[in-house]
Amino acid sequence: MTAELAVERLNKVFTLRDGRRRTQLHAVRDVSFELTKGRTVALVGQSGSGKSTVARMIARLEEPTSGEIRLDGELAGRRGRSLARYRHDVQMVFQDPFASLNPFHSVAHHLARPLQLHHRLTGDQVQARVAELLERVNLPADFAERKPHELSGGQRQRVAIARALAPGPRVLIADEPVSMLDVSIRLGILKLLARLQREEHLAVLYITHDLATARHFSEEIMVMCQGEIVERGPSDDVILRPQADFTKKLAAAAPNPARNPRLAGLRPA
Amino acid sequence: MTTSDPVLTVRDLTVEYHGARPVTAVRGVSLELGRGEIVGLAGESGCGKSTFAYGINQLLRPPAQITGGSVVFHDRDGTDIDVLALQGKALRAYRWDKASIVFQGSMNSLNPVLRISAQLRDVLTTHRPELSRAAAEERCTELLELVGVDPGRRHSYPHELSGGMRQRVMIAMALALRPQLIIMDEPTTALDVLVQRDIIAEIQRLQRELHFAVLFITHDLPLLLEISDRIAVMKEGLVVELDTVDRIYSAPRDPYTKALLGSFPTLTGERVTDTDADTDIDIDTATGEHASAADATADAGTDAAADADGRTVEGAAR
Repeated sequence: MTAELAVERLNKVFTLRDGRRRTQLHAVRDVSFELTKGRTVALVGQSGSGKSTVARMIARLEEPTSGEIRLDGELAGRRGRSLARYRHDVQMVFQDPFASLNPFHSVAHHLARPLQLHHRLTGDQVQARVAELLERVNLPADFAERKPHELSGGQRQRVAIARALAPGPRVLIADEPVSMLDVSIRLGILKLLARLQREEHLAVLYITHDLATARHFSEEIMVMCQGEIVERGPSDDVILRPQADFTKKLAAAAPNPARNPRLAGLRPA
Repeated sequence: MTTSDPVLTVRDLTVEYHGARPVTAVRGVSLELGRGEIVGLAGESGCGKSTFAYGINQLLRPPAQITGGSVVFHDRDGTDIDVLALQGKALRAYRWDKASIVFQGSMNSLNPVLRISAQLRDVLTTHRPELSRAAAEERCTELLELVGVDPGRRHSYPHELSGGMRQRVMIAMALALRPQLIIMDEPTTALDVLVQRDIIAEIQRLQRELHFAVLFITHDLPLLLEISDRIAVMKEGLVVELDTVDRIYSAPRDPYTKALLGSFPTLTGERVTDTDADTDIDIDTATGEHASAADATADAGTDAAADADGRTVEGAAR
């Protein structure tokens, strides 16, 4: 298996200004990993651990302080055409589906733009492809004419996923794709991502603070703490036999019915 | 289900939102809270759980209106208080003193231009005017220590505190008058997992020490299973199931409860297999998103109950 996307010794230092004082924040420290076709890798950590900064650097929304991002062995484009080519292959789904869609535009517009820009499709071709994309994410075709405010959070996130798929990417970065959604619909969105990953052979980076879904929806887990990856390995190893103290702490923090003495000895229905 | 020593009895509470398309957000909900009991109220966005919480404290404002039912508070000294009949001074005296609320999004419920000491003292001087300034100050310190915030931070402004600390201050404020009931509306939803763990541990410790009853509202069912004595599951304005936590966990009866219980993967349980993916997906769409679609319209003063139709039930029942 060859790596689609490789990240090598990625670093990001932010300079914070407080009046005339400047301090440096080392948000990401020497992070290296590879994403391969048809595999999901989870990046977990608490708020402020630097996981979103990693996502934003891979999506080219943030310039790394040092380190390399390679797609098929080639350095990721920085601007102009080479950046457009890179984005053709690497797409991102953001956390907040209430903020990532433009309220003035219809669903069709959101899906048509990448088709026009990346594939130079026109007229009927665009329409046909928009319908196809909606079907891919299990939304009815008539949703094309709706505006974001007419959709629920889960439906919006499906549109955001369809938009990310529009250029036909090979790598998908999903930054907390379900944390803004109701618990009961999270599983639906994650299963959708899992199916798309399988059917389109996507390389997926799933960023989350939820260890349970990280375990169930990825082959490999990387645990990030204060900008560094402190543990990585096959999902079940990391969750069921955590080595790093921080991973243990994170696992212990997840809500767990077994802690309730009233449930001692009981099995879930 | 009745409790031997109730602190609050709600009977058939009905709340309507008036508008072009009137919506009954809470439809005849009855619930009894025992003294020192933790009752979890679970449900998706828009199911009416927050409306219910606001209703029992008379915090609803038009277009919301309580159109039926009763709320009775059973005071420690044996007197019964008809909460819905309270007005003016009597209502002000009841709120916070007998029952307090930790609001959803507590991050924003503190006044940004006042130091937290001033906000804590405000609760005390309003309800306990006899308290001297020094005594109030001392009680502030005590409260902050109680919830694990360094009292040295009492002169900070809310923006100088982290989210978890602000939440602790809110809990301190809710505890200030030693209420017999605290309603917690999604108190940890916006917080990080590790911070959530600390706050939950804190709430449990305080509850054991001070014996107040808690109505804990959230859509996070695993969390409720961990902390509750009993759980009420709400859907489209109705309580579809109310039972002890062990029965909800091991033998739920309502199909919707079962669907909610099945909607989260457990950390150490069996892996959700890949083959589930295609078969389940439409069902999940039907179960969850439908309610949330209704929620999207809730902003306009309507609520989820409006979109009640059979699809959700079918999806859940499967």
